[in-house]
Amino acid sequence: MRVAGKGLLAGARPVTFSFDGVRYRGLEGDTLASALLANGVRLVGRSFKYHRPRGVLTAGSEEPNALLTIGRGAGQEPNVRATVQEIYDGLEARSQNRWPSLGFDLLSVNDLAAPFLGAGFYYKTFMWPKSFWEKVYEPLIRRSAGLGALSREANPDRYEKAFAFCDVLVIGGGPAGLMAALAAGRAGADVILADEDARMGGRALAESWEIGGRSAHLWVDDVLAELAAMENVRLMPRTCVVGAYDQGTYGALERVGQHLPRSGSARPVECFWRIVARRAVLAAGALERPVAFRNNDRPGIMMAGAVRAYLNRWGVAPGRRVAVFGNNDDAHRTARDLVAAGVHVAGLIDSRHDAPRARDFRVWRGAVVCDSAGRKGLENITIRTARGKEKLQADCLAMSGGWNPSVHLACHMNGRPVWRRDIAAFVPLPGAVPGLEAVGAANGAFSTAACLREGAEAGARAAEALGFGAAVPDLPEAEDDPCRIAPLWSVPGRGRAWLDFQNDVTVKDVKQAAAENFRSVEHMKRYTTQGMATDQGKNSNVAALAVLADATGRSIPETGTTTFRPPYSPVSIAALGAGAQGKGFAPERFSTSHAASVEHGAPMIEAGLWYRPSYFPKPGETHWRQSCDREVRMVREAVGVCDVSTLGKIDLQGPDVGAFLDFVYTNTFSTLKVGRVRYGLMLREDGFVMDDGTCARLGENRWLMTTTTAAAGEVMRHLEWVHQALRPDLDLRFVSVTEQWAQFAVAGPKARELLNGLLDAPLAQADWPFMACGAVSVLGVRGRLFRISFSGEQGYEIAVPARFGDSLFRELVARAEALGGGPYGMEALNVLRIEKGFITHAEIHGRTTAYDIGMQGMVSEKKDCIGKTLSQRAGLMDPDRERLVGLKPVGAVKQITAGAHLFNRGEAPVRVNDQGYVTSVGFSPTLGHMIGLAFLRRGPERIGEVVRLVDHLRGIDTECEVVNPVFYDPEGGRMRG
Amino acid sequence: MRIPCPICGERDRREFYYKGAAVALDRPGPDAGEAAWDAYVYLRENPAGRTRELWYHEGGCGAWLVVTRDTVSHEIFGAELAGEADV
Repeated sequence: MRVAGKGLLAGARPVTFSFDGVRYRGLEGDTLASALLANGVRLVGRSFKYHRPRGVLTAGSEEPNALLTIGRGAGQEPNVRATVQEIYDGLEARSQNRWPSLGFDLLSVNDLAAPFLGAGFYYKTFMWPKSFWEKVYEPLIRRSAGLGALSREANPDRYEKAFAFCDVLVIGGGPAGLMAALAAGRAGADVILADEDARMGGRALAESWEIGGRSAHLWVDDVLAELAAMENVRLMPRTCVVGAYDQGTYGALERVGQHLPRSGSARPVECFWRIVARRAVLAAGALERPVAFRNNDRPGIMMAGAVRAYLNRWGVAPGRRVAVFGNNDDAHRTARDLVAAGVHVAGLIDSRHDAPRARDFRVWRGAVVCDSAGRKGLENITIRTARGKEKLQADCLAMSGGWNPSVHLACHMNGRPVWRRDIAAFVPLPGAVPGLEAVGAANGAFSTAACLREGAEAGARAAEALGFGAAVPDLPEAEDDPCRIAPLWSVPGRGRAWLDFQNDVTVKDVKQAAAENFRSVEHMKRYTTQGMATDQGKNSNVAALAVLADATGRSIPETGTTTFRPPYSPVSIAALGAGAQGKGFAPERFSTSHAASVEHGAPMIEAGLWYRPSYFPKPGETHWRQSCDREVRMVREAVGVCDVSTLGKIDLQGPDVGAFLDFVYTNTFSTLKVGRVRYGLMLREDGFVMDDGTCARLGENRWLMTTTTAAAGEVMRHLEWVHQALRPDLDLRFVSVTEQWAQFAVAGPKARELLNGLLDAPLAQADWPFMACGAVSVLGVRGRLFRISFSGEQGYEIAVPARFGDSLFRELVARAEALGGGPYGMEALNVLRIEKGFITHAEIHGRTTAYDIGMQGMVSEKKDCIGKTLSQRAGLMDPDRERLVGLKPVGAVKQITAGAHLFNRGEAPVRVNDQGYVTSVGFSPTLGHMIGLAFLRRGPERIGEVVRLVDHLRGIDTECEVVNPVFYDPEGGRMRG
Repeated sequence: MRIPCPICGERDRREFYYKGAAVALDRPGPDAGEAAWDAYVYLRENPAGRTRELWYHEGGCGAWLVVTRDTVSHEIFGAELAGEADV
């Protein structure tokens, strides 16, 4: 309930929201948790395993209990922490992991079965029958234990990612962080101050102490105003820095629109930031830890610091009769603040015999809380003193086991935190993340004065290290109380005492893990699940390892912590993958003929990032094969046009290009004459084929290389490698011009006829023999012509600057159609090249050598080249290798499939008998049957032999004759003619 | 991770392509023998600590670099152009 006159929300606008269908009112600036507590709602969820009633435990992102589903429909978001979610008008929140309702949850029978559900029960219980695991046990466990659920529909919300750079990143906007930002900002450094809270100030908003003689929040307002006025300072509220990475890179999640209604908001829900900072100051504060005692998980039992935060910041008293339980002086503040606000304090139980006394409330010294009672919320607690047990009525218990510095980010690069006995807590190891300094409570300095001082000094130090003349700002006056604490992790006694609220892990579970020899903290974590899920053990890790240390007879530092890994706080996959859905998944590359191809009705298929036409259907054609067969015949009998612009094109210039090409290709290029094209083969240094293509000599010092579409990037990288690293002595330069030129194959007996109508000067056969190249004028546009063929027909490739590509393609197609031809797509291109035995990356797939594809003669003996030495290893020249052949069906089933394996007739089709495999297949309309290319042991020696073809996946078992891989026009007369 | 490209300045590692140990710079002659070639193409140290490796600034200037990096701490000590680096 709200306490009149308390909190920082005075005069705030009322906001209406709903929880489990009930409408409530809150105030602008409320979190869902503060608004529910203000309305007296204590029960907000059911626990993970035992379905125990749970309430709000904390006031921050470490909350383990109050996980709710926000919204409805496709965009509903599960597991949202009520302590982080700000309320807005119309916000709809629902509780999770309960059925049929939060108040009456049938699965709470699990709690009665608790003796059987301890650590490791899955592994011990669901042993047999083995087949039951996937079908019965796992679905059952998943249904009964768990968190919220996704809608299973596509997420309609928008997310973003962004990059930022700064001199100094300050993580956390409490007193220490504010001073750090102030010091660095005043020095002139570019500062980013990121804080996960909607309102900066940290504990200064949650406590009743003063800074500089005024209420702490007023001091915060002044500092924020000064920072906001600095152009070199960027304030990023609602931004949680979640990970520290190499070279000063930090990941951060900003809640951009999560505090606003989704509908009608142009904002993305969240933005994932990569922030690169030259220096960082970690001022992430500290997290209070619970004390484990019997039934310490009842709604109404909360962290003491959270009780103060709800009271001092949000003006909410989480109970009418509050008890406080702690082992440190800080816990006493809670009782004092409550009394000052007029809330009844039932008493303070301090485990220390020398605890301070108080005038305004009763203090039990040297006493502990050992049990609690209350059906769906706390009704009373049991106190154990030296004299015995007594019951105390309370509807809220504020507990404090001390504070754990938020060391997480300082440990993300393998640095283990250091145990400090005096404050009974781990602190960051200095220097564990280069460039990052932890200050204030995150560094174990718990007094406000120490926070202000450390922050100011670190901010100035960071700026100074970067060359800014920095001064430590004047430090305002603030409390400087010492940290007095006597460790208390768990209260001995019977029953279940919770350590990890989110995973339902008790003291007993940790002891059991130790007893079963899961003594390493990492093993204990995995056996009990302590420290997993959304809170990652922020509330429970230190206490759990303290219990483990005790159970195994080791000290806490000896036991050590588990590994801290990013993210510090949950990050939605939607934010990490922002922009990568649908069209954003991969770039799309379109050739200049794309629009015309689509207009022709061509289905476009992906070729790497490119889209290429599969075939060009004509009216009446109902199956792709009809179109493909027609297009193949069209090329063989008339003329076809095909866009080949996607092949990599590299423009090489300089006096040493010839020598360079000699070194990267297996064959010799330096002897190539101007105006001629040569086919070349490239190897990797290990002797296997990398790529093939043609290279044209356009001038004395100018060459144009083409690569396959698939390997264009790889070849470019390889050429740069060879030139920069191995042969920097060679004088040449090269650049990719793939995008700059549109290039079309014009192939078929009528190719010359087509071009003659198009070129400004007719082609003379004598000037344009096979493998000639040169400049041409195409309807007034300066272009290039190459007499090359991938189809086996008389072929040309005509190239113009890309801006003319669309119109040239349309012109070529129109002229081809007038000659009885037309455009052809990838299917026909593939059949045409298989008929000719031309290879693609289906054949040069990275495990084949020049010898395997019958091109060993292309490896020049007169010169060195990349891959030459290792290509000549005996094993790579072994006649027994699988080598390229053609296949023709002769069995009952006239089918060949790519991926099928070859066997000798009469042998079982098993791996040990494997003779080879099929790489490319197609129906040849020219030959009237299927054809295939394959790699077969001793292949070229077995022409004429019949082999067995088995495709185990498709269930095909037939026979093929081994033939020459060049099925069509083996002499090449048509190509040269 | 950030790599200091000598031409472009410090850039995010996503702009780079990785090739492996800088051993690849020291290409043996054609007649160096099987052992030398085997070492060049296949044998690599797996150091815990300082290593020299090749990165290609594919999303930037196109320079091949030799980057000196600690495989344990991921600290980067510097980068130089492959063409100017010691073999």
